[in-house]
Amino acid sequence: MTMTQKILARAAGLPRVEAGQLIEAKLDLVLGNDITAPVAIREFAKTGVARVFDKDKVALVPDHFTPNKDIKAAEQCKILRSFACAQNITNFFDTGEVGVEHALLPERGLVGPGDVVIGADSHTCTYGALGAFSTGVGSTDMAAGMALGTAWFKVPSAMRFVLKNRFTDPWVSGKDVILHIIGLIGVDGALYQSMEYAGDGLNALTVDDRLCIANMAIEAGAKNGIFPVDQATRDFLKEVGRAQYTEFAADADASYTRTIEVDLATLRSTVAFPHLPSNTRLARDSGDVKIDQVVIGSCTNGRLSDMRVAARLLKGRHVAKGVRCIVIPATQKIYLQAMKEGLLEIFINAGAAVSTPTCGPCLGGHMGVLAKGERAMATTNRNFVGRMGHPESEVYLSNPAVAAATAITGRITDANELV
Amino acid sequence: MTAQGTVFRYGDNVDTDVIIPARYLTTSDPAELAAHCMEDIDQTFVKRVKKGDMIVADANFGCGSSREHAPIAIQAAGISCVIAKSFARIFYRNAINIGLPILECPEAAAAIQAGHTVSVDFDSGVITDKTTGKTFTAVAFPPFMKELIACGGLVEYVKAKRAGK
Ligand code: SF4
Repeated sequence: MTMTQKILARAAGLPRVEAGQLIEAKLDLVLGNDITAPVAIREFAKTGVARVFDKDKVALVPDHFTPNKDIKAAEQCKILRSFACAQNITNFFDTGEVGVEHALLPERGLVGPGDVVIGADSHTCTYGALGAFSTGVGSTDMAAGMALGTAWFKVPSAMRFVLKNRFTDPWVSGKDVILHIIGLIGVDGALYQSMEYAGDGLNALTVDDRLCIANMAIEAGAKNGIFPVDQATRDFLKEVGRAQYTEFAADADASYTRTIEVDLATLRSTVAFPHLPSNTRLARDSGDVKIDQVVIGSCTNGRLSDMRVAARLLKGRHVAKGVRCIVIPATQKIYLQAMKEGLLEIFINAGAAVSTPTCGPCLGGHMGVLAKGERAMATTNRNFVGRMGHPESEVYLSNPAVAAATAITGRITDANELV
Repeated sequence: MTAQGTVFRYGDNVDTDVIIPARYLTTSDPAELAAHCMEDIDQTFVKRVKKGDMIVADANFGCGSSREHAPIAIQAAGISCVIAKSFARIFYRNAINIGLPILECPEAAAAIQAGHTVSVDFDSGVITDKTTGKTFTAVAFPPFMKELIACGGLVEYVKAKRAGK
C-alpha cells in the first residue's frame, strides 16, 4: 500500500485497502473557515445532531475576511463565534489569535503524522507535509464530519515524485518544486490521486518547503500530497509541542500510476503566468512584464522563512515607484518573530505595507484588491481569472525571492539579478 | 428521474472563482449567489438561464477552492445537470453532497454544442442530444453514491445513519 492508503486503512479499521475502494474513516480533525463554516453550521443543524463529535477535534479559523472587512463578513464570523461558544469548541481562533488556517494549525501542533484531517478549504492538503492524510472537502462534508466524526473517501491511487540532489540556486525553494511539477503535469495531472514524495532530495527540504509543496497539491487536481516522516518532521513536531502521533511509510512494493523524477539541482525560480498555475516559465525568461502590486504572504508562502527571504532582498533597497508591496505574515507567531528579528522594520523602510495575518488579497477579499488591467506578483497559490480582484486583472505566482525582487524593480525579476 | 433543457457550453478548467467569485462569498444565500453565477466567464449566463437548463464543459470542471457556494450557485440558478469530460474532485463531492446531478461523459462533452436541447435519464445515465439525435452513456455512480443521492444528500444520510444507531 502507498503511505496514504496505509493511513486510510488504519482510520477505516481495515487490514488493507485498494485504490478505488469506498471507505468510511475516523477523523482526527475537522476544519472550517469564515466562508465555509457558516454553511456547514447550517447543515449541521439540519442533521438533528446536538453536539459535535469531539469539541477538541473541530477547528474554526475565521481568516479570510478578517479582521471583519464589512457587515456581511462580520455576520459570517459571528455565526462561527456563536457556534464555537455553544459547542464549547477548543480550537476557535478569533481576531488577535487567528492566522491563515494552514499556517496556524501546524504551528499549534493540531496536525501530525498519521492523522486523518478534512477541512472545508481546498488547501487542507497542506498537512501532508507532516505525514498526515489531509484533504479539502465542502461544507456539507464538514457538517457530516462534525456530526459523526467520520467521512467517506474513495481510496486514491498515487503518483510518486522522486526528488534528487539539492537546490543549487540560493533563491530557489519549495514553491519552485511544486510550480515546476504543476507545469509538467498540468492542473488536472494528478486528478483524484495522491502525490507521494520520496528520494534523497527530501533531506534538503525544510518543513516550510514541504508545507508549501503539499499546499499546492490541489493545484494539480490531487486529493492530497504527502511526505515521509523524518528527523526534520520530528524536530518540528517537538518544537510545536505535538507529542503523540503514528508514523506511516509506504510499502516497498506499493504501486504507483506514474513516477516522476525531479532534480532539485537544476531548478530555477519559476513563475506561473495568468490564468493557470500550470502556465509556468522561468523567472529569468519572463521578459519585461511590469507589475503593479506584489503580495508576500498566504498559506503557501507566509511563513517565517518566507519573511526572511523577502527581507534579505528588501534590506537597504526600496520598492519601485508605482509598485505597491504588501507583506502579510501568516500567523501572529510569525508576525511577532518577524518583528523581533527586525524584518518588519526592513519591510516598512523599503516602502512596503505590512498587514496583520489574513487571507485578504489572496482571494481578492480585502487588503489589496486589484483594479481592472492591473497585474500582481504574488506568493499565493492561485492565479485564476478574477482571483485577486477585477476579472480583467492578472496574477502571477512565484516564490518570495522573485516577489521581493520584482517589488524592487517593478517587473518580473529573478533575485539573482540583484545580488 | 429525468431532466431536459438548453445547453450552456464552457471549456476546460472552469474554476470555482469564475463560477462564483470570492467577492460575493460574504453571503451563503443561494439566491444571492445565483445572481452572480458564472459572471466572470459569461456575463449573459444569469440573464439567459432558465430552470432545467444544463451546463456542458470539458475537463476539470469546478477546479480550485472547496467553496460549496459553487454548486449551490449553479443549482440555485436553475441548472438541472452538469455534464463534463471530468470534474475536479472537491466539486464532484460537493455536488453529490448537495444533490446537484453531475455526469462524467467525455463523448457527450465533445459532441454537444451550445444551445442544443439535451435530455438526461439519471437512472440509466443516458444523455440524448435532441438537436442532433445522438445518444451517449455517462459513467454510472458507484452504489454508495446512489445510496447517498437516494437519501437526498449527505445531511439526510447522516440523519438516517443516526436514526439507525
Ligand atoms: S491564504 Fe489564500 S489559499 Fe490560503 S487559505 Fe487563505 S484564501 Fe485560501
